[in-house]
Amino acid sequence: MREHYKEVFKKVLLYIFYLTGSAFMLLPFFWMISTAFKPDNQIFTVPIRWIPSPVYFKNFVKAFEVIPVVKYMFNTVIIAVLKIGGEVFVSALVAYGFARFNFKFKNILFIILLATMMLPYEVTMIPTFIMWSWLGLTDSYVPLILPAYFGAVSFIFFLRMYFSTFPKGTEEAMVIDGANYFQIFYKLILPLSKPALVTIGLWAFLGTWNDLLGQLIYINDPAKYTIQLGLASFSNLTGETLWGPLMAASFIALIPVIFILLFAQKYFVEGIKMMGIKG
Amino acid sequence: MKKSKVGFLFILPWLTGLVLFTVIPIIAALFISMTDWSIIGDANFIGLENFKAIFEDQMFYKTLLITVRYAIFAIPLTIFTALLVAISLNNQYKGTGVFRTIFYMPSIVSGVAVAIVFKWILDPNYGVLNSLLGILGITGPNWLYDPDWVLPSYLIMAIWGASGGLYIYLAALKDIPKELYESATIDGAGLIHRIRYITLPMLTPILFYNMVIGIISAFRKFTDAYILGGAGEEGIFYMVYLYGQAFSFYKMGYATALAWILFVIIFSLTLIVNYTKKYWVYSE
Repeated sequence: MREHYKEVFKKVLLYIFYLTGSAFMLLPFFWMISTAFKPDNQIFTVPIRWIPSPVYFKNFVKAFEVIPVVKYMFNTVIIAVLKIGGEVFVSALVAYGFARFNFKFKNILFIILLATMMLPYEVTMIPTFIMWSWLGLTDSYVPLILPAYFGAVSFIFFLRMYFSTFPKGTEEAMVIDGANYFQIFYKLILPLSKPALVTIGLWAFLGTWNDLLGQLIYINDPAKYTIQLGLASFSNLTGETLWGPLMAASFIALIPVIFILLFAQKYFVEGIKMMGIKG
Repeated sequence: MKKSKVGFLFILPWLTGLVLFTVIPIIAALFISMTDWSIIGDANFIGLENFKAIFEDQMFYKTLLITVRYAIFAIPLTIFTALLVAISLNNQYKGTGVFRTIFYMPSIVSGVAVAIVFKWILDPNYGVLNSLLGILGITGPNWLYDPDWVLPSYLIMAIWGASGGLYIYLAALKDIPKELYESATIDGAGLIHRIRYITLPMLTPILFYNMVIGIISAFRKFTDAYILGGAGEEGIFYMVYLYGQAFSFYKMGYATALAWILFVIIFSLTLIVNYTKKYWVYSE
């Protein structure tokens, strides 16, 4: 009997922890949405008002007057779409090369690949910027997109591990049937790896969606702003006055990300399991 | 075509990218850090003058101190929080799945929008945090508007984002053999003892990994600091200072020298942590 009470007590404690923790985690979202639907006289009031009443929609209109939220989101989507296909495909290509072939200096090259994961981004940032400005390509999306077509190191590392777990039998049979290695890669390996490719595609999308520094360096023209740049300039321009519209804009900007979280979470979880980090 | 040549073709895109976007820029960065270049006009070779100037620059020390202080508090706090959350969610109770999703959220949701929301949460007059403190009878501080409270403001945000690595911890917790706990329980070990002598040692590889990631991301902190700022220049983290020198003042040589120093700091810290590995990280 005593054991039973102990178990119940433990459960109660755990659920109290879950609930307070969740409240802390959800508070920013709740506060953002609540503010987005309140007029100023309900926003700037003490004590605070938790639930808007009546619900007020004009903040969204005002937000669109300050920055073209949808256009900026669309700009980010353009970058992401142009970038991700190439990034995933090339990373898979390189990963397959490292997973299945032997060539000169392979081991040294793989160590170099690993070393670049620790790479001083801050050190290469400025020379790379200068290179793009010599080519006259700053203030365009090219510097944000093109490098992805040379593969992303962390994706290569992840996919190499993933490919190594495939049995070799089918590939060998295809070689005997006269297929070349690129056909094997395209017809066998890529379709087989769909879940892993979707996972890194989602990572790449979130990386692009949430990146500020890269976009800040290269994009100056407000017409080319991404959603991150749009929000940053909105926040800097208006300071502390327009919390309602600012929260409305932030809320819209987070909607795609929240959708990904709700509907694609299993891919992240699977991805982490596939990585199987063990020291 | 020979198989070895084909393999080389497969990795060729990466190798090209390595030369274009890593090797050449690193070599260029060595030269640029020894010039007075400002993008427009010529670059004059000035040897180690940039580094000398940096070591006499008050803002260099100030921003470095802000960053180091943040790292010292944020890394243990976030690791402890993540550990606590993961251990508490490592069961099959009702609703655990939903709570896992909620705790995992901050790792996906980040960027400018979140930073802006936190700025509003921390608003001294109308923000939700001080209102909640008010209910408890506490007069909240001025947070980002008080130099002494800028660091705690950033730490609150860090704790909010701490359980982003949740699923990595959960995967590791699952890998701990159940027999270890069972035999420990038979020997009379309580919960605290089981965590101290089984869970923690078995998690040390993950803790090590998170420590290295924590160091790198603390020293490269940019987005939040760029949006939130902070009174008395207390919100100028190292990368924000570096960014300003390069892209607001166009002091490319100076900023590149700052970048090299940052790299050396991150690299040496990682080496040191890696050296201590053999004393505390469990390996099979």
